[in-house]
Amino acid sequence: MTAATDERDVPDVPEDLLDADGARIESTSSLGVFATLRRGIEISPEIARGIWVTLGLASLAAAGRVVVPLAVQQTIDVGILADDGPDAGRVALLASLAAGALVLAGLCAALVNVRLFRSAEAGLATLRVKAFRHVHDLSTLTQNTERRGALVSRVTNDVDTVSLFVQWGGIMLLVSALQIVVATGLMVVYSPVLTAVVWVAFVPMFLVIRYGQKYVNRAYTLVRERVGAMLGAISEAVVGAETVRAYGVSERTGRRIGGAVEDTRSAQARSQVLVAATFSSGVLISNLVLSIVVVVGTLLGVGGGLTAGQLVAFLFLVQLFTGPVQMATEILNELQNAVAGWRRVIAVIETPVQVAEKPGATTQERGPARVTLRDVRFSYPNGPEVLHGVTLDLPPRTKVAVVGQTGSGKTTIAKLVTRLMDPTSGAVELDGVDLRDLTFASLRERVVLVPQEGFLFDGTVLANAAYGLRGGAAGPTTGPVAEPVEITPETRAAVEQAFVELGLSDWVADLPDGLDTEVGQRGEALSAGERQLVAIARAYLAQPDLLVLDEATSAVDPATEVRIARALDSLTAGRSTITIAHRLSTAEASDLVVVVDEGHVAEVGPHDELAAADGIYARMHASWISQTR
Amino acid sequence: MGLTGSRVRRSLALMWRGMRSHPGIYALAVGASAIFGALTVGVSRAVGWATDAVVVPAIAGDEVARDRVWLGGLVLAAVALTLALSVAGRRIWAGFGVVRIQADHRTALTRQYLRLPASWHRAHPAGQLLNHTTSDTEAATGVFNPLPFALGVVVMIGVSIGMLLTIDPWLALAALAVIPVTVAVNAVYQRHMSPAVTRAQRLRGDVADAAHESFEAALLVKSLGTEGREEERFDARTQELRAANVRVGIVRSLFDPVIQTLPAVGTLLVLAIGTWRISTGDVVAGDIVTAAYLLTMMTVPVQAFGWVLGELPRALVGYERIAQVVDSTGALAYGDARLPQTPGQAGLAVRLDGVGVDVPAISGARGRTITLLDSVDVDVEPGTTVAVVGTTGAGKTTLVSLLARLSDPTRGHVLLDGVDARTLADGEIPAHVAFVTQTTFIFEDTVRGNVTLADEGAPGAPSDDDVWEALRLARLEDTVRELAGGLDAPLGERGANLSGGQRQRLAIARALVRAPRLLVLDDATSAVDPRVEQEILRGLADRADERAAGQAASGTGSGAGRRSGTTVIMVAYRMSSVALADRVIHVDGGRVVDTGTHDELMARDAGYRELATAYEVETERREQERADAAAAGVLDDELEEVAG
Repeated sequence: MTAATDERDVPDVPEDLLDADGARIESTSSLGVFATLRRGIEISPEIARGIWVTLGLASLAAAGRVVVPLAVQQTIDVGILADDGPDAGRVALLASLAAGALVLAGLCAALVNVRLFRSAEAGLATLRVKAFRHVHDLSTLTQNTERRGALVSRVTNDVDTVSLFVQWGGIMLLVSALQIVVATGLMVVYSPVLTAVVWVAFVPMFLVIRYGQKYVNRAYTLVRERVGAMLGAISEAVVGAETVRAYGVSERTGRRIGGAVEDTRSAQARSQVLVAATFSSGVLISNLVLSIVVVVGTLLGVGGGLTAGQLVAFLFLVQLFTGPVQMATEILNELQNAVAGWRRVIAVIETPVQVAEKPGATTQERGPARVTLRDVRFSYPNGPEVLHGVTLDLPPRTKVAVVGQTGSGKTTIAKLVTRLMDPTSGAVELDGVDLRDLTFASLRERVVLVPQEGFLFDGTVLANAAYGLRGGAAGPTTGPVAEPVEITPETRAAVEQAFVELGLSDWVADLPDGLDTEVGQRGEALSAGERQLVAIARAYLAQPDLLVLDEATSAVDPATEVRIARALDSLTAGRSTITIAHRLSTAEASDLVVVVDEGHVAEVGPHDELAAADGIYARMHASWISQTR
Repeated sequence: MGLTGSRVRRSLALMWRGMRSHPGIYALAVGASAIFGALTVGVSRAVGWATDAVVVPAIAGDEVARDRVWLGGLVLAAVALTLALSVAGRRIWAGFGVVRIQADHRTALTRQYLRLPASWHRAHPAGQLLNHTTSDTEAATGVFNPLPFALGVVVMIGVSIGMLLTIDPWLALAALAVIPVTVAVNAVYQRHMSPAVTRAQRLRGDVADAAHESFEAALLVKSLGTEGREEERFDARTQELRAANVRVGIVRSLFDPVIQTLPAVGTLLVLAIGTWRISTGDVVAGDIVTAAYLLTMMTVPVQAFGWVLGELPRALVGYERIAQVVDSTGALAYGDARLPQTPGQAGLAVRLDGVGVDVPAISGARGRTITLLDSVDVDVEPGTTVAVVGTTGAGKTTLVSLLARLSDPTRGHVLLDGVDARTLADGEIPAHVAFVTQTTFIFEDTVRGNVTLADEGAPGAPSDDDVWEALRLARLEDTVRELAGGLDAPLGERGANLSGGQRQRLAIARALVRAPRLLVLDDATSAVDPRVEQEILRGLADRADERAAGQAASGTGSGAGRRSGTTVIMVAYRMSSVALADRVIHVDGGRVVDTGTHDELMARDAGYRELATAYEVETERREQERADAAAAGVLDDELEEVAG
């Protein structure tokens, strides 16, 4: 029992050990722009729903906007500047026609906007929920490869990044393309030569855009990454607020966050420069094209190929052409921004699930649980082996205590038995069935783990304990256990009963509001020991066939611990428990003690036998006795 | 930073403050925009000039004009280049302004997060706090994107209105008629948009909060198999947000086309009124052409104002959500007192004098409070070790956290070496008191960074030798030596690559490296093997003795027989740890039940006796049960025999 063997009890390893297996959440997916768009729409098809009707309406709106300047020009030309003086009737007619077109265009635009908002928001909601769900489906090992704060940004901020493009950009890009085609067609009617000149003049711009987009994309990707990192840093300061205060290191923490904020700012500034450069080069080329058309058109006119009137009309058309081109450069920038965010969300959704449910997995009847480990070996990705062929048979209705030094592999066993991880080789079986052949719904219904740090949700003690209740209340159900439990008088009674049965009713009575006491963020209004009490009640209410307690009472006072242990003893009759504990009082009370030592099972047997033998357990127990009395 | 007054006033203040905070950048952005405005006029003038002076005569056969074609092209190109540069300048500086104001908001927010006490954090979801730095910040600054554009073209618009007025007041009136309409439309818009956007931003925070909490609970969710339930919970909030965003979208969808249409309506009005004015002979046809032309050119700049108006409600809501945090009070105030340095006395004397702690109830009636501690009097001699013992929920954590001034008592005083903790200067307590919490928080940093909590090479940062010594005392030295990189080994977020026990020992090393005069351990060894815990506590005692011996040898020691090392106050459950303490404080129900040595309390305090002997009694009870069961079994057998 030296610190030297004290290794990795919790199965989480440095991030760099994980990438070889693809088990980490990538910072961004490697899909190209179009592949990203296609994948994005595949994930949330709502985005593209009704797109053709919307496109039609958007084209009408765009056409309506073009009609107005035309109408103004016509009104002036044929109404006001008419040869025989201003023609009031004609002006009125044209103005009302233009006003009509304007109203129609406005209505179409409003309708387009509403349609787009609806489909975009529906799509983004789906994207959020799918990414969220996938995070929970990932194995614990994979989950730990990304910061929590950054994971939050994947389902919030990164998704928001996509929204501007899908609400406005996508459709405008199509409309712009359409406008470009129409304008080109009209230009060709006036002068094919000048049209060719315009298109040729725009070639360098298309090249610039193609080239520039790569950089814009990189810049936006960097922004997304920096924002993720910044949220990670801020999340640390928020969740670790107490430690920061206790050690008076607010200034340093503030500096570190300041660094992340500044990194974000500089990345954003860089992206702004690139975007501005692309956009203004669009402006530049559009206006240069105008001057080229003037020069070439004049020369053509001098050659007799074009009248002055045609040239002036053509200049007007060129502006109808350059407008959408400039708009398109703007949207392409926005597209890169969306793609940067989209890729980060897609990267989450595409992360392979390492501990997955097999197709055709079976469900099991509830009942006493027998757990068998057959030559189980386990090593962390790219890490050393921590379990070296563990074979164990834990009969039903048995209270098992797993003891051993820190780092001996106890917690690894707990995580394998609850299938938070799969063994590298060998098998863990529940009633003779390999855990990998069971549905998660069935497995989680039968086997529940109570981890050391009892996490509580912001809410009441009652709501937190009731979280353990399975949907459909009591009775063996094999269906999914998804329905949230409402707080009905029955649930309240069930929770009350649980605390009574666990011998914790005194503790509840002493709480300021009893079961209705608010526990605060992460349960921090309660002490660590109190959080563990609620966590145990929660697991107890889940009524599993096998309860795995991993140091679940480590922060509870001895008297309470003994009371809970005794309560569990009598109440779990017919059920099995596996308890991992430093406190050997648990082992004393168990039916079977398993001593794990350096990844091997060293001793197995009842407490009395092992305590009497001259082995590891006997020494541990003697030391325990000397420390507690 | 909160805003007051009418909505218009608050909107103006919001924009003004943002620009004033970065005057240089905004001067450039608005300047570039003004140049853009001028050049927009310039381009059309140049095209007009080229058409009239070059194109038409040249095509008509004018030789001179034909020779000027290249000049015309060059002039147009030069104007185009300047125009593009002004666009680039406007956008770059406007963008810089936005990202700087965003950085300012983020800095202000996070500084406040660091200043506000734990009680504030308990009541504010982490997801919401993160959301303030992203979504709310972006909302608050969205208006600054079009703002320089709108301001820059103000001059241009002003000049245009002036020109209109000189042409004909009636024409100007016709053009300006759309302004009151715009104001009215905007008023309606703002009224509908503000509540919609307030709700949307709040729900955005809720979604972030749901995600953050659920991801923090990932292990629990997995172990109970409640992924489906979490998905539903998240989906419910997401759908609410979706509905709210659609509502915002609809309001905006109706507003934008109206605002975009209004300039064109103005133009049409000018044409209609103009025709009437021509018929009355007040203006000539050319004036109308000029006026219509002016208005057409104004369309885009006027739209920039539309964008500003469109973004304002969101900006106000975002800004006010940020201001609420930045204006939060409750951060502890500091005095300027220093802790006296008594030669030969390393440990701090600790006294709690009539201390009571009430906290506001999170639920229930406003102003209702809950008493966590009451009438606590404690006196701890410097250099002694005191154990705080009590049942779970007795108030131990509340009591010891007062010593590190994580919060202040509602009543009474906490005195460190006779000085009221409230009067001490900022930084004075962390410099002398180390507090190790129940749940260890590990930063995403190297081992060294996590122990020193200082930048490498910063003045006053502990040396590597000190770090190793602290790790040795915390019995973590060998583990760290085995890590690739040793002190430079990175620890993942929340120290995910360490075991619970290792995390706790790292936290102890973190405390020890500071050589504190008061060490507070709040059940800080619960996940550590009992024997390792013993080693750590004995190591502490030995170090104290060494120091005392050293001081005695150097002749400065004053404590004859009294230990003059660090004062240690620990919450403990293990009797072996308690046995190391000079004195024991038994806490129950927020009050000190009794104080004395372990033996004294065992003799006279029944509650304490129950805690101290819980395991022993349980073992005896179990053995008794087994004996009974065995006896019963024998009896059963006998009965069976009799029956048989």
